[in-house]
Amino acid sequence: MTAQFLQVQNLTKRFSSKNQAPLTVFENVNFSIAKGEFVCIIGHSGCGKSTIMNTLSGLDSPTSGVVIMDGKEVSGPSLDRGIVFQNYSLLPWLSALDNVRFGVQARWPSWSKQQVKQHSLDYLELVGLKGAENRKPSQLSGGMRQRVSIARAFATQPKLLLLDEPFGALDALTRGVIQDELVKICVKTQQTVFMITHDVDEAILLSDRILLMSNGPNAVIAESVTVDIPKPRQRGEIINNPGYYALRNHLVDFLVNRSAAKHYQEQKGPVITNPIESHLSSEIRTIASDTQMLSACV
Amino acid sequence: MLSVNQKAALVSLIFLLVALGIWEASSQPPKAQEALSEYELLMGGADQEARIPPPSAIAAKAWEELSNPFYDKGPNDKGIGIQLAYSISRVLSGYFLAALIAIPIGFVIGMSPLMYRALNPYIQILRPISPLAWMPLALFIIKDSETSAIFVIFICSIWPMLINTAFGVANVRRDWINVARTHELKPLRTALTVILPAAAPTILTGMRISIGIAWLVIVAAEMLVGGTGIGYYVWNEWNNLDLTSVIFSILMIGLVGMLLDLGLNSAAKLVQYQE
Repeated sequence: MTAQFLQVQNLTKRFSSKNQAPLTVFENVNFSIAKGEFVCIIGHSGCGKSTIMNTLSGLDSPTSGVVIMDGKEVSGPSLDRGIVFQNYSLLPWLSALDNVRFGVQARWPSWSKQQVKQHSLDYLELVGLKGAENRKPSQLSGGMRQRVSIARAFATQPKLLLLDEPFGALDALTRGVIQDELVKICVKTQQTVFMITHDVDEAILLSDRILLMSNGPNAVIAESVTVDIPKPRQRGEIINNPGYYALRNHLVDFLVNRSAAKHYQEQKGPVITNPIESHLSSEIRTIASDTQMLSACV
Repeated sequence: MLSVNQKAALVSLIFLLVALGIWEASSQPPKAQEALSEYELLMGGADQEARIPPPSAIAAKAWEELSNPFYDKGPNDKGIGIQLAYSISRVLSGYFLAALIAIPIGFVIGMSPLMYRALNPYIQILRPISPLAWMPLALFIIKDSETSAIFVIFICSIWPMLINTAFGVANVRRDWINVARTHELKPLRTALTVILPAAAPTILTGMRISIGIAWLVIVAAEMLVGGTGIGYYVWNEWNNLDLTSVIFSILMIGLVGMLLDLGLNSAAKLVQYQE
């Protein structure tokens, strides 16, 4: 395997407390992300998704194992990894523009004020917030706040963008709109993204690959599912893809029936699956055998 | 229809008038029952005992004092404006000196659990001491009554600011600190651009409590050190048996205290944010 852009090797997180046996949240987590790839991770609450994300960002350090990005070990937070937090984490005393400017200033301290402002405004416009730049977060709706947060992360042009359930707190309509925007921005910028989600449809719409995590404690990444649907995708159209439901059923089946299984812990790494491809090839087989039967009859 | 504010103002006014009416009526000298002797006339008529002056007398006094607040006729007779100015300047110098020390130390205590634990016992012991208890020690060490009064203000206003700053800084949301960390901000920049604005409302609350306490304490301190100031003025008028002036100055103390609080309140509004 060629050296990937981001490599996660044997990552383990254990919390030890005085009176109890140490709690292993996850162990031997191995995966990698290529440049420009959009990877989602799905799993039940408590399996350590957020801890993995915090480790990737450098806010948290693993008990053992390493994260290597661009050939360098991750040892602390860095502007190379932009984060969109679940609860937006905007600074409430700053306007939308100033929140974005906060990131831009930190990224390019040598820029002139005008340059910083223009760059920040450009990114606010990119997420569709033109005209709301002087409003404080408390004067913005949940969806708009999350857009500011996304603009702040994108504006610093990080090598890797980390999204921690960014749309979890939004209503379905707003979520759809922002997802579409995210698709557009990612197509435009070729951004490498790692995202946590609970939403199977969201994962299918956005990602090139979906990592499935088994239940905690002692969680592992059980499967790496390839999403074989050509990009760019449209929300309305992907359901027409012949493999869409096979893929969706595969994911839901994992979450509902298989995620609690313990045998994943014996695996060396995630099993690579491609439900769309196997679905289509089985369909081709059925058609082929039908044709055979047909010709036999004739 | 009147708005709630207008109604409240009306009720307020009614209360005031009723209270003043009762006060005015109850502090009239009794009518003489029989013709006064020459001696009684000389001694002030039927008014044999001293009584609390009526509101009308106080209003007249206030008018007289406030129409010329800054006269200076020697140490025993200065205008109310001069006396208040002395007190306010003492309060403000002690107060800002305290802020200058309390806020940085509060920052350190709030950011470092080690420093919090190391310094907390001292704060807990020093905080409940009545600021006036420091006065003899201050007079002995500083050897200047003016500076000692400022020191007493300093020592009483330092604690609320120190404790509130430490509390505000220690309770800045983890998420906001993480935002600073992911943007690779240096510690000083994090302190100034994230922690300070986040803790500012709590710090201002401490400052507001402090100015209130400082204004309470300055009156007592000036009664002790004497010379100038509104506290000295009250005590001096008591010695002069001029109750009208005493009541007038009590009202002025309340008024200035309210203005100081309003000032801090509007400063607090500037740094207030809504989550």
